[in-house]
Amino acid sequence: MKSLAELKELRNKVQKEMKKRDQGTRAEIIVGMGTCGIAAGARDILKAVLAEIEKRDLDVRVTQTGCIGMCEKEPLIDVKLPGKEKITYGNLSEADVQKIITEHVVNGNIVSDLVIARHK
Amino acid sequence: MKDSIYRSHVLICTGTGCVSSGANTLKESLEEELAANDLSGEIKIVETGCHGFCEKGPIMIVYPEGVFYCEVQSDDVAEIVEEHLLKGRTVERLLFKEPMTDEQIPSYQDIDFYKKQQRIALANCGQIDPEDIDEYIALGGYEAAGKVLTEMDPQEVVDTVKDAGLRGRGGGGFPTGLKWQFAKNSEGDKKYVICNADEGDPGAFMDRSILEGDPHRIIEGMLVAAYAIGADEGYVYVRAEYPLAIKRLEKAIEDAEEYGLLGENIFSSGFNFKLHIKKGAGAFVCGEETALMNSIEGKRGMPTPRPPYPAVRGLWGKPTNINNVETYANIPYIINEGADSFSAIGTEGSSGTKVFALTGKINNTGLVEVPMGTTLKEVIFEIGGGLGKGKKFKAVQTGGPSGGCLPEDYLDLPIDYDSLLDAGTMMGSGGMVVMDEDSCMVDVARFFLNFTQSESCGKCTPCREGTKRMLEILNRITDGEGKDGDIELLLELGEHIKSTSLCGLGQSAPNPVLSTIRYFRDEYEAHIHDHNCPAGVCSDLVSAYVIDEEACIGCGKCAKVCPVDAISGEIKSPFTIDPDVCIACGACEPECPVDAISQA
Repeated sequence: MKSLAELKELRNKVQKEMKKRDQGTRAEIIVGMGTCGIAAGARDILKAVLAEIEKRDLDVRVTQTGCIGMCEKEPLIDVKLPGKEKITYGNLSEADVQKIITEHVVNGNIVSDLVIARHK
Repeated sequence: MKDSIYRSHVLICTGTGCVSSGANTLKESLEEELAANDLSGEIKIVETGCHGFCEKGPIMIVYPEGVFYCEVQSDDVAEIVEEHLLKGRTVERLLFKEPMTDEQIPSYQDIDFYKKQQRIALANCGQIDPEDIDEYIALGGYEAAGKVLTEMDPQEVVDTVKDAGLRGRGGGGFPTGLKWQFAKNSEGDKKYVICNADEGDPGAFMDRSILEGDPHRIIEGMLVAAYAIGADEGYVYVRAEYPLAIKRLEKAIEDAEEYGLLGENIFSSGFNFKLHIKKGAGAFVCGEETALMNSIEGKRGMPTPRPPYPAVRGLWGKPTNINNVETYANIPYIINEGADSFSAIGTEGSSGTKVFALTGKINNTGLVEVPMGTTLKEVIFEIGGGLGKGKKFKAVQTGGPSGGCLPEDYLDLPIDYDSLLDAGTMMGSGGMVVMDEDSCMVDVARFFLNFTQSESCGKCTPCREGTKRMLEILNRITDGEGKDGDIELLLELGEHIKSTSLCGLGQSAPNPVLSTIRYFRDEYEAHIHDHNCPAGVCSDLVSAYVIDEEACIGCGKCAKVCPVDAISGEIKSPFTIDPDVCIACGACEPECPVDAISQA
């Protein structure tokens, strides 16, 4: 270690992984992973979400949830930005996931044609 | 792009407590189950140090949700993976249940045991992988060392520690800043810093948990101390009975060397520091600083008279600073957050927090860290969850075998160095043993004295002979052969041993006896004059059990548990206990479904 600056640089680099244990308020994506969701391909959706977040180096908490009753519309994801309403998107493909993350998570614009529910 | 993108971290406590309740097999099962579900690349398993809640181990925390599972066994893994990690549904039956309310608590921050704690020395314990230096750095690790080495001069560092009001956490409570000042002021071309991790008190595991859970914090604390006093070499003296602590510390030293945080020209400051581990063979007296240094030098672990103090003539005759593990663990916080921030915590004479190993007849056995000035009642009843099985509190022993026992009247006593001393006990390194109505205080005193007596190194007469004589008297009393004047003799001997012994071991060894005489003299008197042990512990003094023939239903349950076969009878007719054979162990009493058994 040559300097304090070098240590801080290293800290910034290694901090990202530790953020997964941070309980603070962050953007959240919840993937529907009930049996219905998994049958409709939710695992691939989840992987696509993770890949996109990693690619764009975003600070997003990814969790899963069970069946919410809209099995017909699986795979489903919820996007919840801090202080904003929760949006549920349905009938998703992996390409849709990229679009939702680019448009909604990064830029804050809801992708209306994929929305199936809004929660206050 | 990396092969693995982790969406979730599963923290498994692999401190010694959780390992003994099955954490290692739990981890293996989880690895297998994740692989079977093709989740290995998404879920990261992190082995951490002790969370402190050893009572409920093995402990598992699932992030990002922060769900706290306790008493998790290998059998539970399939359900956790299927339900929680795959489908996102919390496995409710594994959540912690508050013993008082039966309420299920998903997040550990909300459990009473954690809610009322303030963690400085233990801040990272259970939160990071102790074998991954990056995780320590991610949480701000080594920034205090960096700041000290590049921006502060040694006197500033000493002044900061003085202003913080940090006192030695190993037992004595000597102001740390002052100790550093003495070592800094000593002239010498070579100086040493030592970390005393020779934790020997029965029931104490604070130092072990810190070394196991956050070893880099100790390295950083020692680095700061070394810079402050001008030392370039250090030793961690740790008992060989702590293999996991040693392994993690070795790994931590290796990693720190690789990162250039130990070695030469650290932070380009021109400062060098080399750190060694010295394994002790587990003699209690080696926790005494002069005995410890003799042991490092390869000599027999015996104390030498002070002065000269180690700060003047220590290891190999060179000026040496020696602090306890927990003391060093507080240093990074003090440097990062400032002396004022630290001294604002706790009481005026005792700033900061203290870690206690909570054991004995208590619901939440474990490791707790509370601000100084917290009352015994808060620690025992609010954090510790009270006593088990509806038993009544009788006494709490602080300070390990060198401390004393305090009765119920002292539950509101704020815990700090001075108030504990005034009450006839001491802070010590932080053992806290809780006793209920079934504990005999004479027997407790005998137990602790037996420990110190056998650990006495034998160098000075008061400790060698005095503790032996005291133990003989106590043995006599518990055997039912106590005599008039025994109590007075114990008091006299105790005072002499305290004032004339060479080192802290002898100076404090009589404390358990003196404090129990002070607060529970009636129990001693009952043993001596009435030949009775009120708690029913001393087997020579308790009378045999009898069965009420009219109440007995002849089920025979009592006879099955009797270890000496004193109970006989025919099924469906009254049983009897042979009073000459009965050892009054009391095993039969709780077995009886109709409460027909009692002491004569």
